[in-house]
Amino acid sequence: MKRLQGRVALVTGGLRGIGGATVDRLLDEGAVVIIADLKPASDEVVQATLQRLGQASSYVQLNVTSEADWQSAAETVRRDFGRLDILVGNAGIDGVGSVDTMPYETWKRVMAVNIDGLFLGTKYFAPLMTETGAKTRGGASIINISSIMGMVGWVDASPYNASKGAARLFTKATALEFARKGIPIRVNSVHPGFIRTPLLQEGMDRAAEDPSVGATAQDMLATLDQGTPIGRIGEASEIAAGIAFLASDDASFMTGSELVIDGGWTAQ
Amino acid sequence: MSKRLEGKVALITGGTSGIGAATVRRLVDEGAKVAFTGSNAEAAAKLCAETGASFHAVRVQDADAWPKLMEELHTLYGRLDIAFANAGTEAGDGSIENISIEGWNNIVAVNQTGVMLTVQHAMRAMKANPGGSGGAIIVNSSMNALRAMGNFMAYSVTKSAVIALTKSAALHCALTGTKIRVNAILPGVVETAMITNLIEHSADPVATRAAYESLSPMKRMAKVNEITGLVAFLSSDEAAFISGSEYVIDGASTAGMQGV
Repeated sequence: MKRLQGRVALVTGGLRGIGGATVDRLLDEGAVVIIADLKPASDEVVQATLQRLGQASSYVQLNVTSEADWQSAAETVRRDFGRLDILVGNAGIDGVGSVDTMPYETWKRVMAVNIDGLFLGTKYFAPLMTETGAKTRGGASIINISSIMGMVGWVDASPYNASKGAARLFTKATALEFARKGIPIRVNSVHPGFIRTPLLQEGMDRAAEDPSVGATAQDMLATLDQGTPIGRIGEASEIAAGIAFLASDDASFMTGSELVIDGGWTAQ
Repeated sequence: MSKRLEGKVALITGGTSGIGAATVRRLVDEGAKVAFTGSNAEAAAKLCAETGASFHAVRVQDADAWPKLMEELHTLYGRLDIAFANAGTEAGDGSIENISIEGWNNIVAVNQTGVMLTVQHAMRAMKANPGGSGGAIIVNSSMNALRAMGNFMAYSVTKSAVIALTKSAALHCALTGTKIRVNAILPGVVETAMITNLIEHSADPVATRAAYESLSPMKRMAKVNEITGLVAFLSSDEAAFISGSEYVIDGASTAGMQGV
């Protein structure tokens, strides 16, 4: 598939998990892709990733909670590429525990990464994406990664639920705002169900350390497979395919929409 | 065009015009073999000549016609991988106050019973596929499932009903291990013959067109080709983890409150 030839994309949290799979997919579709993540550019993981992905990939160090980092990234992308067609707001963290014992710091940290990061990215890249969007049939495309946890509640996940619900409606608000003002940027959210990613594995490993849980990470992952109607959790590449669709001109009338990709979990 | 659907066989109901005809073209472009239903034989013949698809003059609400249609498809293609339950109507619709029982029955028959029969027969055929059960079913609902119209009551009601049908069928297919996925799409106003006809026959066509265009904050209707990419995506193996979903494709028409 080469629907994105000549396009430039930036993916936050692009070094691993859904972000990493998205980088791979957008490159396959012909885009030039900027990976944004926390590690310094000199880090060996970053260097190895760029080596593997080749010339169409590049890297910018970006903490999505830092306004200065976003400003600087927007300047760098304008200077080095002169356009941005696709912004994938993927960087995210979880935050689990009972609300009554949840440290306020945890709440603020989850909000900062999962929703402030989307606000700052949209704010600082909107001017460049407005210019870029006028050059293509389908316009520029912002894709915010929410979650099925942005649609339905989950026990002991209040900050994550709240931040992902915020991502869902921030998406609709900005989609409406841009459309109403004739700004050629489409904005949509993607809502993965349980996906085999490092974030999920780490969450399960952490939960398994609690003796009262009485289950191994392996057991818990098997439970998630069984709880998904189609009988298995998803792969990161299956989310990346939805993101590539939204990024492409195939989705030219799609804005303010939510793509639930969850193996039927929330249809139950 | 990429060939994500090479080797697949698709059935599209209501394929002679509008979103249906555009989807016939798109799925053929992506490599699928396509059969479609409808009632306009002249339009069907042209589309067959253009795309190599096959036409089957079946009314989707006619339960007795379905077994014969499925036999024909089996003879022609030997399998079924994709079904797009697209046929729909608003003929005879009105408000709750003035709709006739004939109008109501017609719309329920086409939009609701027709979709049920399409999904039912498609899934039965997909279960029996050579090489094992599997397939993708896409139901064409409407954004009016989410925002009912006062003057198109039956259309709004039936388009909403088929979302529950989609989810129920998706769950059944998933929980019985069939590898058949079922999803709904909810388009906004698409510039089809059905809509242009409504515009032309309204009291003030200019104002009616402007009213339809203003339903999306993008201030335009969708072109049929802007819907087909989503159908193709959901039809393909790329959407293997998507089932029971309802995808709105409406230029943000329902992302916020109407009229503000």
